[in-house]
Amino acid sequence: MLKTFPKGGIHPEENKITSAISIKRMSVPKSVSVPIAQHIGIPAEIIVERKQKVVKGEIIARSGGFVSSNIHAPVAGTVTKLDKIVDSSGYKTQCIVIRTDAKNSENFEQEEQVLKKEITLEKQEILKRISDYGIVGLGGATFPSHVKLSLKEGQKIKCLIINGVECEPFLTADHRLMLEKSQEIIVGIKILMHALNIPKTIIGIENNKKDAIKAFKKIIKKEDAIQVAALKVKYPQGGEKQLIKAILNKEVPKNGLPIDVGVVVHNVGTIYAIYKAVQYNEPLTERVITVTGKHLEKPCNFWVKIGTPIKDLINEVGGIPEGTRKIVNGGPMMGKALKSTDVPVTKGTSGILVISEEEASRKESKNCIRCSACVFVCPMGLEPYLLMNLAERGMYEKAGKEDINTCIECGSCSYVCPSHRPLLDYIRFGKNIVRKLETEKN
Amino acid sequence: MSTSPIIISASPHVHSDRTSKKLMYDVLIALVPAFLVAIYVFGIGALIVTSVAVISCILFEYMIQRFLLKSAVTISDGSALLTGVLLAFNLPSNLPIWMIIVGSLVAIGVAKLSFGGLGFNIFNPALVGRVFLLISFPVQMTSWPVPLNNQFTFVDASTGATILGQIKEGLLYGDTISEISANIPSNLNLLLGFSGGSIGEISVIALIIGGLFLMIRKVITWHIPLVFLATLFVVTGLFWMIDPEQYLSPITHLISGGAILGAFFMATDLVTSPMTKKGMIVFAVGIGIITAVIRLFGAYPEGVSFAILIMNAFVPLINTYFKPKRFGSAIKSKIV
Repeated sequence: MLKTFPKGGIHPEENKITSAISIKRMSVPKSVSVPIAQHIGIPAEIIVERKQKVVKGEIIARSGGFVSSNIHAPVAGTVTKLDKIVDSSGYKTQCIVIRTDAKNSENFEQEEQVLKKEITLEKQEILKRISDYGIVGLGGATFPSHVKLSLKEGQKIKCLIINGVECEPFLTADHRLMLEKSQEIIVGIKILMHALNIPKTIIGIENNKKDAIKAFKKIIKKEDAIQVAALKVKYPQGGEKQLIKAILNKEVPKNGLPIDVGVVVHNVGTIYAIYKAVQYNEPLTERVITVTGKHLEKPCNFWVKIGTPIKDLINEVGGIPEGTRKIVNGGPMMGKALKSTDVPVTKGTSGILVISEEEASRKESKNCIRCSACVFVCPMGLEPYLLMNLAERGMYEKAGKEDINTCIECGSCSYVCPSHRPLLDYIRFGKNIVRKLETEKN
Repeated sequence: MSTSPIIISASPHVHSDRTSKKLMYDVLIALVPAFLVAIYVFGIGALIVTSVAVISCILFEYMIQRFLLKSAVTISDGSALLTGVLLAFNLPSNLPIWMIIVGSLVAIGVAKLSFGGLGFNIFNPALVGRVFLLISFPVQMTSWPVPLNNQFTFVDASTGATILGQIKEGLLYGDTISEISANIPSNLNLLLGFSGGSIGEISVIALIIGGLFLMIRKVITWHIPLVFLATLFVVTGLFWMIDPEQYLSPITHLISGGAILGAFFMATDLVTSPMTKKGMIVFAVGIGIITAVIRLFGAYPEGVSFAILIMNAFVPLINTYFKPKRFGSAIKSKIV
């Protein structure tokens, strides 16, 4: 029997149309717009000036505190603007715009790197690089990785879990990365195990990626400390808490963190970025992105420089098809609909999904028929119908007591509701207010 | 993007293809086997009663929403249609037409629309309609046409009581179960549906086929039907073990009267049943116990409808106290 988390979850149509398409390298864009707030936490502080020349990989914005991250120049070129630009959230954020130097060969070199297995760095040096080179969680939450790895007194990582679940429909970026860089990912895992004395690692992969499971199993045949766990396909298994429950049958306490049960979870993409940073001194300035949609001419996975405009990506797959009504930054379950395709790719962009007319709009919301579907699918054991009602009526204190804040916003409730009720919309809204009220109280 | 404006909405951007309407039609499909048996056993009467109930439920919903409430008309969602069928399934096949119309008015007008329409009603509308008729017209509501007899006319059919009615009456006159049993249908006939009773409740096998279909389609879960029937079995079984001459066997209890129809189609009504699995179990145990108590000690031979309505009233309370287990709540958080 395949492992999975026991409570809730859904299985939407997988639509992994790009799973067999190798990752292509996007051509270097003419200019990049790099936001200074691409991670959870304090935005980075700009340390370059207009008209300043920057080399590839140079720090252009420095970490603004502990929960923050450095930002590096994705290309060599000249800073042309420091300006507020609308990013994928729809809000304006401070961006550093760099015009690519077309003559600089640094921008266009493409030699394949050899696999570097030996880990030569000291433990402290490894952690310093992860922090210095701007590594954040690439699964979508963009939490600075060094924060997860700095343990408090008495904390110990008993198990490292590598998240190769990719439970969002359509997205295949992690899948392709696991296939094409499996050796490098295993080295990345060993780097972390070495740096933090972690005794055991389990790579969690859903069973719709059998080739990736096989690839890892072949490499780790002789490793006792690294295992692969094949998981039943179920959304939202990529959620940290669900993944830990699925693999170790441990529940992270309410309002707690994985480290409370001795676990740290990292996405495969993050592990690859750590490998590059530690073994090759390369900061995080590019990532894999799936550009997909049922009506696209040639959907594909790409290596993309951070700061590349999303419209460049869409042009690369044949442009926006006739009848497109929605473009989503991320997957269909948790991604954000974009207002404009001028917004840049950030460290958290895992996919671009182009949705056509018939699937773009919501159906009319009807009366709740109290069918319990939302309660049954909620992976956090909440009652979405109740939370929506409370939020709608402004009963925030009660909503707080009903644990509205533990909602992980996976969207399973809205997905299954036969009356098409906007459950998650109201829960998100309620969550924000409850959180605000609670901070005011303290 | 050039032709029409882009849509900005919050996630999720995909939706399952299940709709409320599809759920309603799944229930209707599940009722087809029982309906076919009813037509075979009761003939044209079953057809007439069901058609009248369906048409009047839909018509009342339309008229009340259109002219009285002046709100949106929701007859196309399939729920009034379903209420009509379920009401008819709880009526004798020779009930006078005007009574069916009154029952439909009570079901739709009082039990459903006066509470705010679909999703807001506390009590199962079809059962409210039925119980209203039962209390108002006890004679007509408790004389059932004899099965497989006179299937081609609606009125003047010879009538009789149901097995539970015969037993209650017999016990009242001091007969023992074995004496009464000589005159009642065999268990096999009860399973097939060749016995007296309301239109939709007679064939155990047809109802179970429909119930399994609903479970496979995930419209209902096993919790309510199984726990209700198990409770009924245990409670009636206890008394049967004490004195099998005074109390009917638990197996006959399960396959007679409205137990199976109630278990799979009435108690599982989405709107009026609890929201969590724990709650559903509590709810079903309650229905089982109340049904058994009414059947064994009450004045009525049959208690499923009353039991379900009584437990319907407890649903808000059950929802408040029987919550799903929150993820991570078993362990105390180390960081505060």
